Amino acid sequence: MKLNQLSLFLENKPGQLKVPCQVLGDAGIDILTMSLADTEQFGILRLIVRDWQKARDLLRAAGVVVKVNEVLALDVEDRPGGLARVLDVLDQAKLAVEYMYAFTCDARGHKAALLFRFENPDAAIAVLKQHGVRVLESEELLARIKG
Amino acid sequence: MSVSQPTWNEVPGGFHPASGPDYLPLEQLRDLQFRRLSATVARAYERVALFRGRMQERALTPAHVRTLADVAQLPFTVKTDLRDTYPFGLFAAPMEEIVRLHASSGTTGKPIVVAYTQQDLDVWTSVMVRAFAACGLHRGDVIQNAYGYGLFTGGLGAHYGAEALGATVIPISGGNTERQIMVLNDFGVTAICCTPSYFLHLMERSAEMGLRPAQLRVGVFGAEPWSEAMRHRIEKETGISAFDIYGLSEIIGPGVAIECPRHDGLHVFEDHFWPEIIDPLTGNVLPDGQEGELVLTTLSKQAMPMIRYRTRDISILHAEPCSCGRTLRRIRRISRRSDDMFIIRGVNVFPSQVETALLQVEGTLPHYQITLTRDKGLDEMEVAVEVTEAVFTDRIQGLEELRAKLSSAIEHIIGLRAKIQLVAPRTIQRSEGKARRVVDKRTL
Repeated sequence: MKLNQLSLFLENKPGQLKVPCQVLGDAGIDILTMSLADTEQFGILRLIVRDWQKARDLLRAAGVVVKVNEVLALDVEDRPGGLARVLDVLDQAKLAVEYMYAFTCDARGHKAALLFRFENPDAAIAVLKQHGVRVLESEELLARIKG
Repeated sequence: MSVSQPTWNEVPGGFHPASGPDYLPLEQLRDLQFRRLSATVARAYERVALFRGRMQERALTPAHVRTLADVAQLPFTVKTDLRDTYPFGLFAAPMEEIVRLHASSGTTGKPIVVAYTQQDLDVWTSVMVRAFAACGLHRGDVIQNAYGYGLFTGGLGAHYGAEALGATVIPISGGNTERQIMVLNDFGVTAICCTPSYFLHLMERSAEMGLRPAQLRVGVFGAEPWSEAMRHRIEKETGISAFDIYGLSEIIGPGVAIECPRHDGLHVFEDHFWPEIIDPLTGNVLPDGQEGELVLTTLSKQAMPMIRYRTRDISILHAEPCSCGRTLRRIRRISRRSDDMFIIRGVNVFPSQVETALLQVEGTLPHYQITLTRDKGLDEMEVAVEVTEAVFTDRIQGLEELRAKLSSAIEHIIGLRAKIQLVAPRTIQRSEGKARRVVDKRTL
């Protein structure tokens, strides 16, 4: 259920973002989705790739600081109010969200996948199931991308 | 008493009574120094275990000191001796006789404690009076003392001296630039005591505010190295006379040496502090005129006599007579050290202190580099720290917290706030042998 996301430290200076992208590009690893959180001094680049272990090892070898974290891909109705409904569930259950970002994928079928980093992913899975919010398995998610 | 009138009588008020010892004929001076040296060695031998132990290791007793040249036989004292005997291990007087304690930071975390009997305070005051007199100050001057008051010796040292001089003293201490400028302009200040970089900062701010303190005549600047170029800049931009003052807490505080109006080296108050220049590697005493490490021996201190204290400051001793008439030898202005200590905003900092802080927070020592910059007279210290997987966290807040922790740990140890810059791995240059811990971009 849980997806393995790679988080990379990027110093806020020219050329820093290119390094990991080049490393992965050269190895033929496709970045499925990404999010860049930034401050004045530095950024954290979050990536979802298929072969996360290989990507992690390559990035480490290239001198990039990488950490692996688990995130959940939630199935959200791709229409107005879709996200609000899910957030309602999270609010009521008092599930703390560290951050979230969207998953780029095929928009057919009016379904969107949103990635959430929860403080406690296991607790989150249980609660979401109770309220009928689907947590996508990685196979289903990856199938959606290529259509 | 003195042999001849000083020639710097362009200053109204001129000669100060306390300045007599500045002009002692050499024979009298040497005689006085030897008597005081003997008494100091005897006192330290009798009362300071560390010194006595080292003398005994060398099969020496105070009786072996028969001439001033015999100082060279005596063992050195180094900064770690003060740290290792923290807090009071080097004291040579009982607590009831000690009327003042001061402290300054050591190389890692523990402070260095120094002590004074009433007589020690009187000596300290007298050398400070002589120092101010050498700068052309006298009763009637209004002196703004912006050296920090408290455990630091600068504030109180200058204060007591200025007061005994008979001047009007404003004990403003450091910080609060707006208030400093207000006082400087409104109180008729004729002389200011502070670090040279802070003075530059005050001048920049004043200029921005469109103010010019017209009565300011003299600056007594110390606690950090500053160049001739800096002096010319200060004098050109403000019209004041800028004097360099030298001192260190381990010896007495400010007042060990002072420039005279010739601005050609600093006269050491050697009737109280015996100077030597040594080769820092071999420990051999070097002749006058050769560059080496300055070593000082106190000749009158009771509470904490210091025998051959290695200052780590690099200088030269000049024995040639100075045209001001003083017979006290001069040392060349201190511009650098024999160790890796640097000074920022008047505070001594050792890279090892920064390392202690980093180690405390991270549990291991990351690659780091300290960069010093100066903007409008205000010095900034920035510490670039390489991020490792161990400290990296996926949360922005986590990294900000790390920065805050590092900054706080450093501030706790050195007393100054440093900016922390988290950088990518292998950004900081590795080197064979000694790493370049400090990049100093300031023009001093």
